[in-house]
Amino acid sequence: MDVLTLSRIQFGGTIAFHYLYPPLSIGLGVLLVIMEGLWLRTGLPIYHQLARFWTKVFALTFAIGVATGIVMEFEFGTNWAAYSRFVGDVFGSALAAEGIFAFFLESGFLALLLFGWDRVGRKLHFFATCMVCLGAHFSAVWIVVANSWMQTPAGYHIVGEGLHARAEITDFWALVFNPSMLERLSHTLCGAWQAGAFLAISVSAWYLLRQKHQAFAHATLRVALAVALVASFLQLATGHISAQGVGKNQPAKLAAFEGLYETVSNTPLVLIGWVDEKNETTHALMLPSGLSFLDHNDFHTPVTGLDQFKPEDRPPVTPCFIFFHGMVFAGMATILIALLGCFYWWRGTLDQTRWLLWVLVFSVLGPQIANQCGWFAAEVGRQPWLVYGLMRTPAGLSAVVQANVVLASLILFSFIYFLLFAVFIYLLNDKIQHGPHDEDLIPTGKLALPTPDRLTP
Amino acid sequence: MNVPHLDLNTIWFALVGVLFTGYAMLDGFDLGIGALHLFTKDDAERRVMLNAIGPVWDGNEVWLVTGGGALFAAFPNVYATVFSGFYLAFMLLLASLIFRAVAIEFRSKQPMYWWRQTWDISFAAGSVLSSLLIGVALGNLAWGIPIDERGEFAGSFLGLLKPYPLLIGITTVALFMMHGAIYGAMKTEGHLHHKLRRWAMNCIIAFVICAVTTTMATLLYVPHIAARVRENPWLFSIALANMLAIANIPREFHYRRDWLAFLSSCGAIITLMLLFGVNQFPNLVYSQPDPAHSLTIYNAASSQKTLGIMLIIAIIGIPIVLAYTVSIYWIFRGKVKMDRMSY
Repeated sequence: MDVLTLSRIQFGGTIAFHYLYPPLSIGLGVLLVIMEGLWLRTGLPIYHQLARFWTKVFALTFAIGVATGIVMEFEFGTNWAAYSRFVGDVFGSALAAEGIFAFFLESGFLALLLFGWDRVGRKLHFFATCMVCLGAHFSAVWIVVANSWMQTPAGYHIVGEGLHARAEITDFWALVFNPSMLERLSHTLCGAWQAGAFLAISVSAWYLLRQKHQAFAHATLRVALAVALVASFLQLATGHISAQGVGKNQPAKLAAFEGLYETVSNTPLVLIGWVDEKNETTHALMLPSGLSFLDHNDFHTPVTGLDQFKPEDRPPVTPCFIFFHGMVFAGMATILIALLGCFYWWRGTLDQTRWLLWVLVFSVLGPQIANQCGWFAAEVGRQPWLVYGLMRTPAGLSAVVQANVVLASLILFSFIYFLLFAVFIYLLNDKIQHGPHDEDLIPTGKLALPTPDRLTP
Repeated sequence: MNVPHLDLNTIWFALVGVLFTGYAMLDGFDLGIGALHLFTKDDAERRVMLNAIGPVWDGNEVWLVTGGGALFAAFPNVYATVFSGFYLAFMLLLASLIFRAVAIEFRSKQPMYWWRQTWDISFAAGSVLSSLLIGVALGNLAWGIPIDERGEFAGSFLGLLKPYPLLIGITTVALFMMHGAIYGAMKTEGHLHHKLRRWAMNCIIAFVICAVTTTMATLLYVPHIAARVRENPWLFSIALANMLAIANIPREFHYRRDWLAFLSSCGAIITLMLLFGVNQFPNLVYSQPDPAHSLTIYNAASSQKTLGIMLIIAIIGIPIVLAYTVSIYWIFRGKVKMDRMSY
């Protein structure tokens, strides 16, 4: 294999692995704020127990998220040096902001969140939890700003020519609020909230099935189901807006998502099917005029097909099509599951509905599949560009790095990440099987409160 | 050396230097504690040492992340050349940092001997290797690396393992072990406290031997630095300040002022980084054999506009970061106490 293929596999693989964890941290961060907020408000010890248990799970995901995140920062320079020279000036401000406002905030207050239970008062601890959650969100903001700039560059001009050409900033706010940034950020954050909420739902459903820690499970479900429902419906809206944005800013990408080769009026929407790249057709069950309606809000306007693009400017259609539809299916499934869960919860029969509890146990995979597929669809759909319309992917490679060293590092990372994942699952499972500690019902240190009458909500 | 006028490029040279100095000062003691980890066989003592860095190691590592980010942002050509040129070395550094981070997180989660021993070895090996590689990288930047006319690295991985950079690498390990032992002594009590103080004294001796050897090697074999020192005799005052800071550590220990010993050790690191920075300036990467290809704070920098925007961000952000970093160290001051959340 050549350097390009190996570097793409390495970057794609390491970021896919990394991207399992930050969404969990962001989502669990929101849950922690709500749980600790409820404890502060109601004084019910069960919420203290919730916060304690989920903090430990949060710590586990956070540690791996940080460790695998450093790799991402290094890889721009190691594997994509030409790209780094090209975008350094533009990314500079976003990266500086991310480091100073997000990472320091997150890791600094994490110390208080994890180890400050007995050392600080309730309000300060709650403040620390909020800051960690805010830091996690900030880091999503700045990384999505940078990535969206690669999709829809704005606020820059090109200086120099040929190998020495680079993008330089002209307008900071135009760069930050580049055309796709807001819709992609909201879509990413909703996915993260879903990831955290469905993890909590899954664990609680497991406890209910095993008839263990039921008070804990009920209290968690109350919070997590609400977050899951809100996030899932918001996700539908942000997904729709994002797709319209892609249609406007990156029409070749939308055409590849839908396997749309011909530009025709009343463009149909693909529900399920497959792409035949050789004959440039898509065999599928289609909803007539569906795509025209979704993209342009009317049934007739044609959606731009791949025939409007030269073959060398088209993204690889089959993977885009599969990843995009994988994301849509997984996303729709999460909405359905959230609705069902809330409905049975509202009826009060969730505990007895074992089939649904089993569905909820596996629902943790839904957002993860959707997030991964969505990310791959977004990035593969950007091809053949590294920076959309400005720099092709092969042009961004490091000039001095050989295929054999990339192969070596790829093997190294595959080994380490496989091991990490195994240990993560092992420890997470261990933590879940042990469940919450009963002594966590009684706050200690400065957090101690007079015992209220009721122990559950 | 002309006295630099204070332009944005110089300010960012200094700020990147401050970030990496912050990293060396803070994560330095984490890495040092890691390097000392296997010297005690006792599980309880190992846990105390881990929990001495428990609440802060993660924040300390952020200094490296931010330093790397600032380098990417302010001097993208340096970031691109050095990171792609030191490819294998940096991949090894990443692997050791990952192992180290997850070892801290995972080791005490299970009681089995083999489990803990495996993670303990990962923690120690990862810490030593990270310190060594960081030192070797700095050593190469001081010695000079081959740069071609396009500004790309023109050497090989094995070419980076010359004696001088390796010497700097070993010195860095010794420095961090000294720093870690002093920090450990400050955070522990009883038997372990006395053990760490003893180790600290041994580490000081080891570091002084390394430092003297490095100084001699630099003056004898690194002509461009030797010339810089000859032209600017005042640089000796920084070296002198460094040695005074080191000499002060046993004195503070004697008076049982452990945290002043730690501050002294911080001072030693700051003066070393200052010496390194002043000797490099205005080069970020010295090109050897052809100094004309060196990457400087001017030919490797981002545009003035970006440097300006970043400066505004830094001016807003840095006071906030410092305020809560100091408060968090304040909240977790004093000797390590184990509780249910401990590692």
